[in-house]
Amino acid sequence: MHQDSIIREPLLLGKKTYHQVTEDVARPVEGKANKYWWAVFILSIIAFMWGIGCMAYTVGRGIGTWNLNRTINWGWDITNFVWWIGIGHAGTLISAVLCLFRQRWRLTINRSAEAMTIFAVMCAAIFPVLHMGRPWLAYFVFPLPNQFGSLWANFNSPLLWDVFAISTYFSVSVVFWYLGLIPDFAMIRDRAKTKGRKILYTLFSFGWSGRAKDWQRFEEVTLVLAGICTPLVFSVHSIVSSDFATGVVRGWHSTVYPPYFVAGAIFSGMAMVLTLVIVGRKVLDLEEYITIQHIETMNKVMLTMGSVVGIAYFAEFFQAWYSGDPNESFIYLSWNNAKGVYGWAFWALIICNNLLPQILWHKKMRRNLYITFILSIVINIGMWFERFDIIVTDLYRDYIPSTWTYYSPSWVEVGIYVGTIGMFFTFFLLFARWFPFIAQAELKTTLKATGDLFHNPPRRPKSADFISNGGSGHAEHTSVETAH
Amino acid sequence: MSKVFVHALYDDDDKLKDGARKVRELGYSIKEVFSPFPVHGIDKIMGLNRTRISICCFIYGVTGFSLALWMISYMLVYDWPIDIGGKPNFTIYHNLPSWIPVLFESTVFCAAHGMAITFLLRSWLFPGVSPKNPDPRTTDDHFLMVTTAYNDQDITALVGAANATGAVEITKVESHDSHH
Repeated sequence: MHQDSIIREPLLLGKKTYHQVTEDVARPVEGKANKYWWAVFILSIIAFMWGIGCMAYTVGRGIGTWNLNRTINWGWDITNFVWWIGIGHAGTLISAVLCLFRQRWRLTINRSAEAMTIFAVMCAAIFPVLHMGRPWLAYFVFPLPNQFGSLWANFNSPLLWDVFAISTYFSVSVVFWYLGLIPDFAMIRDRAKTKGRKILYTLFSFGWSGRAKDWQRFEEVTLVLAGICTPLVFSVHSIVSSDFATGVVRGWHSTVYPPYFVAGAIFSGMAMVLTLVIVGRKVLDLEEYITIQHIETMNKVMLTMGSVVGIAYFAEFFQAWYSGDPNESFIYLSWNNAKGVYGWAFWALIICNNLLPQILWHKKMRRNLYITFILSIVINIGMWFERFDIIVTDLYRDYIPSTWTYYSPSWVEVGIYVGTIGMFFTFFLLFARWFPFIAQAELKTTLKATGDLFHNPPRRPKSADFISNGGSGHAEHTSVETAH
Repeated sequence: MSKVFVHALYDDDDKLKDGARKVRELGYSIKEVFSPFPVHGIDKIMGLNRTRISICCFIYGVTGFSLALWMISYMLVYDWPIDIGGKPNFTIYHNLPSWIPVLFESTVFCAAHGMAITFLLRSWLFPGVSPKNPDPRTTDDHFLMVTTAYNDQDITALVGAANATGAVEITKVESHDSHH
């Protein structure tokens, strides 16, 4: 049934059989954590606790503990919110969009990318709630009757769209992720040796038995969820961008924002996936599953999205200049900003997001783990600066020169940000220990098409063969049935 | 004689499909198949109906959309039209464009969760349910086909079919309705 082009290199190395896949995926769950895991975990917990302390301080003393002021009334909080939401886009992109495009390389990274999405959205949600100043009144955002104290929520406001978009995105992502986990939990349950593990994973697996009818429904549900998650992913960051784009602040009021934000989100999300899987594949001994080829493919997606973002920057820059409007000449992408007191933030954005990713045009760089790892962190920093620039450097020169000012965060704001990073890694490390890191049931469906055990040697030309044919992309595109 | 279930265990999905085809050709029905991953095409061989869960999903989506439209227009137009910046919410028509995001999200919310809940209920999956697969290897790398025999002739035919298609283990289980 499965067909694959002969020029494709196998996605799964190490001559894996079905049973070997089971063993490899179950090993981290059944084994003991090593000292590196504990070291990073303890560090993350400390950061998380520090963040909780700073959040408590903010709630207790009010957001006067932050360095926001009258002119710059959004700062690190909303920057971090948009940054985390952006990171939270890669998971559903990989599992939904790439599922519709039948990209098989997604199968070994979709589980961890979805987990990353969920934890990132949890981190993101903290910031707007804290920024309310009185987070105990956060229920005002829900459509509750007027008797509860506020008026009905305003459905014409992008801030309320955000509430609906993010809660839908979060809950649907959780469901999508968990449904996929059920058969994998069942696999761990059925091979559990200890009683505690048996009870735990019986509970987690919801009594899954793998009957044909269940699988039929499972496949249909996965496909339909992928179908409805695809527009959902694009809607969420479009709506986040509307928080800015529907505002009357120059620099924000820009129609390019929705597609530009979505591209940026995929860009930063891919960078974070790369950061995590490059470490994860080594620590969990999954290098034959998440191969250099996977890393290269993700780098290609990142390069494409980085280019889209670069074009959007150029368009913003050009339009600000071309409009001839003196106000527009002070937006975040303008010479005035590049030369101004926030010039360092401007150049950080350009260097991290536009200049350095250009090295990915070289195949050697795309396949180099060290370069990719460092670059993925650089891009994450760059994407943080993008949001910082949009927010702070569009606000700091407002319409009355006497209110022009500068902003740098207080230790509380930095602490909360560090805390969310700690929370993210705490959850991700727990996930890597207790949950199957790879969607093994789904992976097994394509083992015969992508595993090197099932490729017959004569069908698989050596890489030198098609390099001499003028590059791998132009060799014969014949699809050949796998030998079985 | 009472019913006997013939459990044919395979170690390959293609052999399982061969076995299932053979059983169907002989005129028997397949009671159940347990597999570690979805074996494409096995539902057609078994003669399972196409699942209607995507139709449910559509209905949930339409419901979500309608509920959201009703909710927003009730709150913003009928119950308490807020005058924001001199733009009062007196009509649905004028407000509709800015409701699209929430209408879309509500549609997706109801469609996705409704479908997931329907799936879990129809397949009877939730915490506390005990698994029904007779052999733990069927979540690892084995595939189990369960057929029903009513007499010795059936047993010979079904075991023969399993043997001929490369089943690695064939067991006969007396009927005590351990699976439904």
